[in-house]
Amino acid sequence: MDFRWDLIVEYAPLFLKGTLLTIGLSVAGILIGAVLGLLIGLGKMMRKKLWALPFRWYINFFRGTPFMVQILLIHFAVVPAFLDTTNGILAAILALSLNSAAYVSEIFRAGIQSINRGQMEAARSLGMTHGQAMRYVILPQAFKRMIPPLGNEFIVLIKDSSLAALIAVPELMYWGRAMQGQYMRAWEPYLTATVIYLVLTLSLSSLLSLLEKRLATE
Amino acid sequence: MIEVKNLKKSFGTNEVLKDINVTVKPQEVVVVIGPSGSGKSTFLRCINMLETITGGHVFIDRTDLMDKKTDINKLRSEVGMVFQQFNLFPHKKVIENIMLAPMKVRKLSAETARVKGLELLRKVGLVDKAEAYPDSLSGGQKQRAAIARALAMEPSIMLFDEPTSALDPEMVGEVLEVMKQLAREGMTMVVVTHEMGFAKEVGDRVLFMDGGLIVEENTPKELFDNPQEERTKAFLSKVL
Repeated sequence: MDFRWDLIVEYAPLFLKGTLLTIGLSVAGILIGAVLGLLIGLGKMMRKKLWALPFRWYINFFRGTPFMVQILLIHFAVVPAFLDTTNGILAAILALSLNSAAYVSEIFRAGIQSINRGQMEAARSLGMTHGQAMRYVILPQAFKRMIPPLGNEFIVLIKDSSLAALIAVPELMYWGRAMQGQYMRAWEPYLTATVIYLVLTLSLSSLLSLLEKRLATE
Repeated sequence: MIEVKNLKKSFGTNEVLKDINVTVKPQEVVVVIGPSGSGKSTFLRCINMLETITGGHVFIDRTDLMDKKTDINKLRSEVGMVFQQFNLFPHKKVIENIMLAPMKVRKLSAETARVKGLELLRKVGLVDKAEAYPDSLSGGQKQRAAIARALAMEPSIMLFDEPTSALDPEMVGEVLEVMKQLAREGMTMVVVTHEMGFAKEVGDRVLFMDGGLIVEENTPKELFDNPQEERTKAFLSKVL
């Protein structure tokens, strides 16, 4: 089998642009998804069942339907309904953030609820308000426990961003498919994309394990 | 100092405290003993509202805990609590455990809180562990650190919820020693414990609880040497 390195070199600038967009989509999805997930997690933990219901169903919807359906629905139906035109990048960021928020909210909730009840009691017995106890005692501990599952979720998000190619967002996978279309070759474009995705996800996981080590308490 | 009137507490249909009436005077050390499930820990936790009270009243320095206008956080900051499971904050160093509430609740500066914290650690014999994380301490050291943390708020009352029950036997002594010192300094204390020796030596009064009621109360000497109630006799014969 001949392997056409020259084709990869030819496409390198496009792969680079695609990679940068993939990173951009992922970072936006991670940040917006994390903030949104936090709020939805808190919403679902509300004592009043009725108030928690919309949050519960938000999670049900985004966890219970395929990401591909979500991104197509948002791109071809939701965004045009508001903007009267399609916008691939906006739709991709929206879909990634909204989807990720559903998973992050459950990670967030599990993290908080995994902290021993005694921690809250000790903090309250010292005169702290509920908010102070959350901020200084519960959340810092919960956050540490949330890092590994959050890492998982962010890696899934990076990989899911490849589905943006379906709505013609020129990210990494889009250029892989373009290259295959142009030269009718499969190994070169998809192996290149494979290696780049691996570099991205491995960088993220080593970053997170570094963070985890820094937060270690013997 | 503490006045408990007709205190009732239920978990669902399970009535844990039936009708508790107790008065604790300033500088008094009251020891609560009784079989497990008798409601003694729940009683203690009601005194600083870690449990919501179902009925009756608890007064701390004449302030009614049941009154909606009572600032429960302020009140709690004046009642120290020591837990069976220590409940130190594992993500903070020992000194930071002690400094946290004085800084956030009492708004002390970090320097003032640190100086005070080190002084308390010296008192409980842990000044060399100030920069250690709780996970690296032994059980006895953890509990002494937890006592120092509670004392940092300068409480007028200290509550102890089976403070030595989670400790290895050889570490019980060091914790009791700190508690005895506190009692000698005139701290008002309510102690739930299985340490009958401590009750005899330090207690001004012993309450025997069973089935959600105070069955008998007396001076340690009278209660241990001359119990009046059958249930007290049965319990003491098992533990002494």
